[in-house]
Amino acid sequence: MIFLTRKAEFSSAHYYWNEAWTREQNERVFGRCANKNGHGHNYTLEVTVAGEVDPVTGFVVDLKELKEIIEREVVSVYDHRHLNIEVPEFAAASGKIPTTENIAIAIWQRLEKKIPHAKLHRIRVYEMADLFVDYYGEP
Amino acid sequence: MTERMQGTGPKVYLSRRYRLSASHRLHSEAYGAEENRAVYGKCNNPYGHGHNYVVEVTVGGPVDATTGMVCDLGELDAFAQEHLLGRFDGTNLNTLEEFRHQVPTTENFTAEIDRIFQNFSGAQVVRVKVEETGNNSFEMGESLERG
Repeated sequence: MIFLTRKAEFSSAHYYWNEAWTREQNERVFGRCANKNGHGHNYTLEVTVAGEVDPVTGFVVDLKELKEIIEREVVSVYDHRHLNIEVPEFAAASGKIPTTENIAIAIWQRLEKKIPHAKLHRIRVYEMADLFVDYYGEP
Repeated sequence: MTERMQGTGPKVYLSRRYRLSASHRLHSEAYGAEENRAVYGKCNNPYGHGHNYVVEVTVGGPVDATTGMVCDLGELDAFAQEHLLGRFDGTNLNTLEEFRHQVPTTENFTAEIDRIFQNFSGAQVVRVKVEETGNNSFEMGESLERG
């Protein structure tokens, strides 16, 4: 089994807010992240896929194709957007709070069934160089 | 200290990197001067030397549905500030109680840091990684690479 990782970057705005809570509760739990005017990050995404090397091509997955899938399914949707307002999984009434944890899970769900010939293994999302989340598709 | 988040969502791993600078000297009481020099080389310099260590702490657990978080980062940072940076940053490791009876190699340092973070009550610490320099690092705990 070979693991192959492709990186991508996107820059987005977000804030943390639970509609079921009062302003005081939100500010106590989320601190500065609860500012409804939002703030932003340069996120780095690492998509790791696992598979066997194709004896003919020598590839686990066609990197160009993987790059296009990540671009179409994630970067074009998230980059230079306000996650709470413009990205369906966070903007809907039933939407999740766009924490790095939930972003990693959402990206997994966006990519899981889309990658041919290889299995999605890990989604790693860096919110900044010293803070990142890993998701392996565990329930 | 706040209680552990009671998440029921998918299991995620969150990693945070902390930086600290400390000096050390590798020298074992079990060896004579000659043997220490042979085993530890330049790390046995009697005056010590230092590193900018990077400590990467990983917590794992279910995402709390109300906060979207696996761990309160402020709480983890406060714990690290008090028990990691407050304890080791700017120190000579050889002078500390932890290393009175063991050589402050980064292996032993990693084990000490792992022991400290097992007392963090905000989430389960599943892995500790210590980078001594950009070229070498040491890890303890759960391997996150699932095949």
